[in-house]
Amino acid sequence: MSSKRDRDSVKNIIVVAFSVCLVCAIVVSAAAVALRPLQQENAELDRKQNVLQAAGIFQSGVSIDEQFADIETRVIELATGEFVDHIDPDTYNQRQAARDPARSQEIRGREDIAGINRLEDYSLVYLVRDDDDDLEIVILPVRGYGLWSTMYGFLALENDLNTVAGLGFYDHAETPGLGGEIDNPNWIAQWPGRRIYDDDGEVALRVTRGGGIEEEHHIDGISGATLTSRGVDNMIAFWMGERGFKPFLENLRGEES
Amino acid sequence: MASQSKKVLMDPLFNNNPIGLQILGICSALAVTTSMTVALVMCLAVIFVLCLSNFFIALIRNQIPSNIRIIVQMTIIASLVIVVDQILKAYAYNISQQLSVFVGLIITNCIVLGRAEAFAMQNPPGISFIDGLGNALGYSVVLMIVAFFRELFGAGSLFGFQVLTPVSEGGFYEPNGLFLLPPSAFFIIGFMIWALRVWKPEQVEQDEFEIRPNVNKEAF
Repeated sequence: MSSKRDRDSVKNIIVVAFSVCLVCAIVVSAAAVALRPLQQENAELDRKQNVLQAAGIFQSGVSIDEQFADIETRVIELATGEFVDHIDPDTYNQRQAARDPARSQEIRGREDIAGINRLEDYSLVYLVRDDDDDLEIVILPVRGYGLWSTMYGFLALENDLNTVAGLGFYDHAETPGLGGEIDNPNWIAQWPGRRIYDDDGEVALRVTRGGGIEEEHHIDGISGATLTSRGVDNMIAFWMGERGFKPFLENLRGEES
Repeated sequence: MASQSKKVLMDPLFNNNPIGLQILGICSALAVTTSMTVALVMCLAVIFVLCLSNFFIALIRNQIPSNIRIIVQMTIIASLVIVVDQILKAYAYNISQQLSVFVGLIITNCIVLGRAEAFAMQNPPGISFIDGLGNALGYSVVLMIVAFFRELFGAGSLFGFQVLTPVSEGGFYEPNGLFLLPPSAFFIIGFMIWALRVWKPEQVEQDEFEIRPNVNKEAF
């Protein structure tokens, strides 16, 4: 056993600090690396479940992969709003693409309403069709900056491509109990039936406290979470606008009618 | 030795409960006790972290320089917490989503650092491990009792199984929403401490000072 004196020597401090850090780093990284495949699988299942939940067609107790098989996943070019086939939707990682300068563009200042910094060129969309192959629900991945974090979610639209069928967030780091209430089923329940665009085709849906807006375009914001609510508001404004999915929705409307 | 380890293990359950007597670790006791399943997972996580952190810190207690000891302790505790978090994300994804930040906050749970500093720095690994287990169980007992009442009265269920059928599903029970909010845990813990001190009066603290009427004549 070392004496009290050389235990406090500079040499010993450095040796102990270094070895503790080394051992802990190895343990932590071993755990992270070994468990990553399982975690990714869970995250993937969670994402699929959120797509299903946003569309309001999730049934608990049935295998998620099985339910998801009925959904058609396609890739679109955001700028033109057209379907593209040269990207495989099963392997396309939209989040990675948004960070890759070759597959995304920087958006700045006033254009960047939702605070996302970079916009990917291509986006996934999910289409649910009924038995007659008619479009039933479109599910769009959306994201926007809240108070602390980028909130990732899915917005589902009815086949008029205007009425909200549902909304759900699957990844965010807003304050639990305040901004985190965007996950609250009671708050989410306000969304279905609201309409995104007004008669002139402008984005009219707003997330605000208080009234002054027609009921069909109004979502009541969360008290105590003004900035998160504003983030959701901005997210809708951006993704439903010209830089977001509006070109795609217009194409789709032409196609389906 | 056997009686000593038994004492180290059993004492924190009721005689020296970390929540009941030392009033440590209240934060997570309020946050994760709305359902018994979530509380149970939280307890298992704390048991894992507390036992192993006590063990490893005791193992190298004679090497740890005293002026960086808190940093060394925190490094070990934080690493264990990250490992627990990773395991939960891999094997219990839904529950880890519900526990959200509170697994990470085990790092700042006063019980863990308190036991490391108060016990593991002075005692050999074996008994430190038992001390960690005892204190984690003391914490768990309180958490499970609080979660029992909150889930039963707040949602009418236990471990997710419906026990009292709520009115909304045609039953007789009107769920009490207060029990799903953090303040209810304060009330339950308060009543528990009261009951504990009626049972074991030696836990009642002496008044730090006595309140008496003012006898000094003042200027006005």
